[in-house]
Amino acid sequence: MEQILADLPRLREEAAGLREPFLSDIVLIGEIPSPTEGEAARAQFVADRFVGAGLHACSIDEKGNAVGLLPGETGRKTLLLAAPMDTFVTEAGDQAIEVAPDRLVGPFVGDNCIALAALTILPALMDRLQIRLNSHVVLVACAKSLGRGNLDGLRHFLSSTRTTPAAGICLESVQLGRLNYASAGVFQGEVHCRLPANYNWAQYGATGTIIPTGEVIGRISRIALPQKPLTTIVLGSIEGGLSYSNIARETVLKFEARSESIDELKAVREKIEDIVEEVAAQSGKQLVLDIIAWRGPGGIDIAHPMVRNARAILGALGVQPALYPTTSQLAALIEAGIPGVTLGLTTGERRSELDEIDEAVAIEPMSTGLAQLVANLMAMDE
Amino acid sequence: MSPGPSSPGPGPAPGAAGMYDAARVQAWLRNNTFHHSRFADLKRLVDLKERQGVRISLCLPTLNEERTIGKEIVLLRSELMTRHPLLDEIAVIDSGSTDRTREVAASFGADVHLAADILPGAGAKKGKGENLWKALYRLTGDIIVYVDADIANVRPYFAYGLLGPLLEKPEVQYVKGFYDRPLQVGKGVRMPGGGRVTELLVRPLFSLFYPELASFIQPLSGEYAARRATLETLSFPVGYGVETTHLIDIYHRSGLTAFAQVDLDQRVHRNQSTDSLGRMAFGILQVFFDRLRRHGCVDRLPEMAALMRQFRTRGDAYEQVEHLIVEDERPAITTLPEYREKFPRGRACAPT
Repeated sequence: MEQILADLPRLREEAAGLREPFLSDIVLIGEIPSPTEGEAARAQFVADRFVGAGLHACSIDEKGNAVGLLPGETGRKTLLLAAPMDTFVTEAGDQAIEVAPDRLVGPFVGDNCIALAALTILPALMDRLQIRLNSHVVLVACAKSLGRGNLDGLRHFLSSTRTTPAAGICLESVQLGRLNYASAGVFQGEVHCRLPANYNWAQYGATGTIIPTGEVIGRISRIALPQKPLTTIVLGSIEGGLSYSNIARETVLKFEARSESIDELKAVREKIEDIVEEVAAQSGKQLVLDIIAWRGPGGIDIAHPMVRNARAILGALGVQPALYPTTSQLAALIEAGIPGVTLGLTTGERRSELDEIDEAVAIEPMSTGLAQLVANLMAMDE
Repeated sequence: MSPGPSSPGPGPAPGAAGMYDAARVQAWLRNNTFHHSRFADLKRLVDLKERQGVRISLCLPTLNEERTIGKEIVLLRSELMTRHPLLDEIAVIDSGSTDRTREVAASFGADVHLAADILPGAGAKKGKGENLWKALYRLTGDIIVYVDADIANVRPYFAYGLLGPLLEKPEVQYVKGFYDRPLQVGKGVRMPGGGRVTELLVRPLFSLFYPELASFIQPLSGEYAARRATLETLSFPVGYGVETTHLIDIYHRSGLTAFAQVDLDQRVHRNQSTDSLGRMAFGILQVFFDRLRRHGCVDRLPEMAALMRQFRTRGDAYEQVEHLIVEDERPAITTLPEYREKFPRGRACAPT
């Protein structure tokens, strides 16, 4: 490990030398719209890059994951490197990314295209460094990660691969310094409130679906949540109605609950189910709770060698590690019994002067992020 | 400096009826109009380039393009120089930007030049055409690709798509880009077309006087590639007229077969106001009538005014705003001794 830490300045310098092709891949990937279950164009681009880089066994599997194998010297074990391909974009639109000397600005640029570009640039970086690991590294750009995708792509890959990876790294674009070794339990749900078929539109004071949805929101926000084990509920989105005076026919509330404890998560779920049933009965509206994603909590111990090494690497690179549970793809590794961590590649922000989907990410820290990635792979290879 | 009179060329003379050959135009549209995807095999293009022993230069003319220039350089350099050695050099020729255009371009490794610093003995004029003309002296390629620097959705095919016909077809001298502007006019029918100045001015003028040139879908497109041997013999209007005169002059000399055009899908760029398009049209009309005069089409053309008058309202008053627009022209660059010294006749390209 000491040798790896000593080599970090070289890793960072060589990564900086690939700045242009890395930025180019970030832009080319990031400008391909990639909604969940609509990742095909992005997968094709990544797969073409894998082929161009000379990876082995390049393919797009039946779930739409782009897969390639960076062969190791001995192949005595296989390491996994995964990054999600989908974003919350709902339709094809202008996803132009601006390249400034110090940052990139554009829709979802801090979401995952940097992580995907790290997969496509890794073979060239390893060549440049003249590093060949003993382990195979399987690179997976994962489809169907978000929302209703529910990590379907990565889960499918892990259940169908012939060689179970010995360990894995999940990549996220931001923030550099994150070190997630545990996955919070999470469930994402939608509460659909609809008017019944026999609704009396002519009745004075008819309220439509917004009032009962408001009642659901009020009751969810009054659920007592423990600080330990930490449990939270995020009300992420509400949609419904057409105009000022029209009665809303349907309203949808989207939320996510997280907890370090599976028991607390189940308790929250039961409480929300009760709330939905009660409000439906009281209001005479149709209310349905749709659970679209469910992941149990878990992870490796903070004293696990992967975590210790990742902390040491970040420290040696001058980056303050931020350890916290994640709700990202790490859950799929944990379910499959594969030790893993989630790492970020650069710093980024969603600033108030930018549109809601626009994000800004810094260019300069990217070489540190890539150096960190290679160093962790080297440590996992030992 | 003004260009010398153009000698009558062997190509078609202007005129409506006699010079339009429907079969020739159909054949040209069939054989010389391409989609960029035809040239996506970059290894093949690089192989063609190497076998022909030519150098290729990319010129990005700029004026206040700090928001888009960085991406253009990053994408074109990494895809067409680093990954595939198709381009030998990329240079930004700047008109004197007051924003950070030159700083951004240099930070991503481009050769950046102020147009005024190139050929100082020839003086400095303002305009995109000036940048394109001076680029001929600064760049060393046998083939020059010009790509505007205000494209938000630039892709590598903006350059390699234009190079494909030049590398595949030795008879092609000049390749023009065009874009998809989907105007839906019926189920399943799309009418690709140019911008407002093209459709309201240039296409009607071409249809009247050079009808075969109306076959260009976007004659004013700022994306084109050409052989140095062709460009160095053309005079260059320094302003809005450069694209128009290139087409007319090459056509006059060599006919339609010297051209190709390539579909570059969609081009996202900033929209221009009607006022600024009006000034652009004024400049184009100047050079167009000049070409008609040179080709003997008009015998009593009066002295053309250089003032373009537009209106604006201030309160209840109407104000006339005058713009002085002089489409000055640079002569064929081979007339300059400095150029002939750097690019001696018969030599493939200048030393780097």
